[in-house]
Amino acid sequence: MLEKMIFGRYIPGDSFIHRLDARAKLIFVFLFIAIVFIANSWITYGVLFVFTFLIIRMSKIRLYFLINGLKPVVILIIFTFLLHLIFTKEGSIIFEWKFIKIYEEGLRQGIFISIRFFVLVILTSILTLTTTPISITDALEALLNPLKKWKLPVHELALMMSISLRFIPTLMDETDKIMKAQMARGSDMTSGSIKERMNAIVPLLIPLFVSAFKRAEDLATAMEVRGYKGGEGRTRYRKLEWATRDTVILLTLVVLAVILLYFRQ
Amino acid sequence: MDITLQQVSYAYAKNTPFEKRALFDVNLDIPSGSYQAIIGHTGSGKSTVLQHLNALLKPTEGSIKIGDVLVKADQKNKHLRKVRQKVGIVFQFPEHQLFDETVLKDIMFGPMNFGVPAEEAKSRAIELSRLLGLPEEVLEKSPFDLSGGQMRRVAIAGVLAMNPEVLVLDEPTAGLDPRGRKEIMDLFYRLHQEKGLTTVLVTHSMEDAARYADRIAIMHDGKCVLEGTPQEIFENEERLLDYRLELPQCVKFQKKVEQMMGKKLPTICLTEEKLAEELARLMKEEREV
Ligand SMILES: Nc1ncnc2c1ncn2[C@@H]1O[C@H](COP(=O)(O)OP(=O)(O)OP(=O)(O)O)[C@@H](O)[C@H]1O
Ligand SMILES: [Mg+2]
Repeated sequence: MLEKMIFGRYIPGDSFIHRLDARAKLIFVFLFIAIVFIANSWITYGVLFVFTFLIIRMSKIRLYFLINGLKPVVILIIFTFLLHLIFTKEGSIIFEWKFIKIYEEGLRQGIFISIRFFVLVILTSILTLTTTPISITDALEALLNPLKKWKLPVHELALMMSISLRFIPTLMDETDKIMKAQMARGSDMTSGSIKERMNAIVPLLIPLFVSAFKRAEDLATAMEVRGYKGGEGRTRYRKLEWATRDTVILLTLVVLAVILLYFRQ
Repeated sequence: MDITLQQVSYAYAKNTPFEKRALFDVNLDIPSGSYQAIIGHTGSGKSTVLQHLNALLKPTEGSIKIGDVLVKADQKNKHLRKVRQKVGIVFQFPEHQLFDETVLKDIMFGPMNFGVPAEEAKSRAIELSRLLGLPEEVLEKSPFDLSGGQMRRVAIAGVLAMNPEVLVLDEPTAGLDPRGRKEIMDLFYRLHQEKGLTTVLVTHSMEDAARYADRIAIMHDGKCVLEGTPQEIFENEERLLDYRLELPQCVKFQKKVEQMMGKKLPTICLTEEKLAEELARLMKEEREV
């Protein structure tokens, strides 16, 4: 049931994007988030859209799978689009039916916001789909390392993040399992009236929380048993290596920013 | 209730890069009132088959007939609730499904979902907890305060309380103490006989399969490779070894004895009792000669 969800999952592969240094990818996504906000016209949003598709192509992830896996987000995007469409009241009216009036500006805003939303979600998903959680964590730790001077618990933050990422699929599987067990006992969240569905939530959530806490406890014990005492003095097995392609991908972002600034209105 | 699987194939996470085909063209006939065991090594698809038996999974190809409801791929079905009431599944490690405040309420949860009045559900719960050997005072405790074995019994009681016509068991006694295993397996067998239940048991214990089942199916790499009576299944040791399975202890013992004595017993003995009987008879004959 939940197996189509792709948040936080990693798809092994050997594409150009897969091989990039995780630090480069992280910086890329953060800069991209900022750059997206430069766009404000048809051309600039068009450029963003095309750019995103090029990245998808380079990652060799099937578009169908990507869209299918992001279905909940797509629904959210459609919802925001409709909100903008109906509630923006500027520009000339382009469509009128009974009490519904659609303005030119509303359509424009709706499309722009949807594209913005879409490219952000796609690119962040590609980050997690092409990078193992462990390298994302390593990269984050490496990038945040300078902040240690100000007593920021960088190692602990990175560890927390990696554990959360690691357990998303596990929790999904667990949810699926418990949902089936309760369905077999006649409590079904996927059908019936709204009241029945609400009633079916508790029998799902309680076992889920219980097992999540138990897992957390077991994990803590297992780590302690194997001598984990925090980041102090811990050596590394994996080394991050910055290659030319990492510089190149960041430079394309600079080019993108320049193009967007040029065509901006 | 007859259950028939016809050419059932199933793939998890279909149409994603994680797609994993778990079943290939499985055919299986489970007549009403029979005791069917399914054996096979880890990951061979047993649990996946079981989840089809009450339409928690729908086949990606092929179809399943459960009583008079036909379940097929991508077919909306309104009768699934009825099916689920009649087919009770005890999942692998069912203790994970406990959630209610007290053991009593948790056992009553299933029947009450299917419209059984509270009084009736309560008396079933009390009766079942007694049958499963749970002490009386446990009923008012939180299910999370019990031992693993007690939690297992509560979960089993929760399924039995729905009074299913078909009882589906996925390794129900894995991880229990030997005495508890025997008691629970005997209980299932008694219910099977007294109430005329159709029982489907997945197990790694060749002994249990040999002792209780009318028919045994062997799963191997997502296919149902062999089906027959326990006699037929345990006749052919090589074949079992191919599927990474073994003979039941007493059949192994029988083979050893036969080898040493240079004599064959008339049948394969599937239980210790039967084997002891046959051996005693054989020894008596020897003495008389
Ligand atoms: N939720 C799932 N998503 C993806 N693949 C799965 C899922 N559940 C099972 N599988 C895969 O399907 C195959 C069959 O699994 P199944 O659970 O049916 O095996 P099993 O025979 O019950 O094994 P065991 O004896 O260990 O319980 C396995 O290869 C398993 O990895
Ligand atoms: Mg299993």
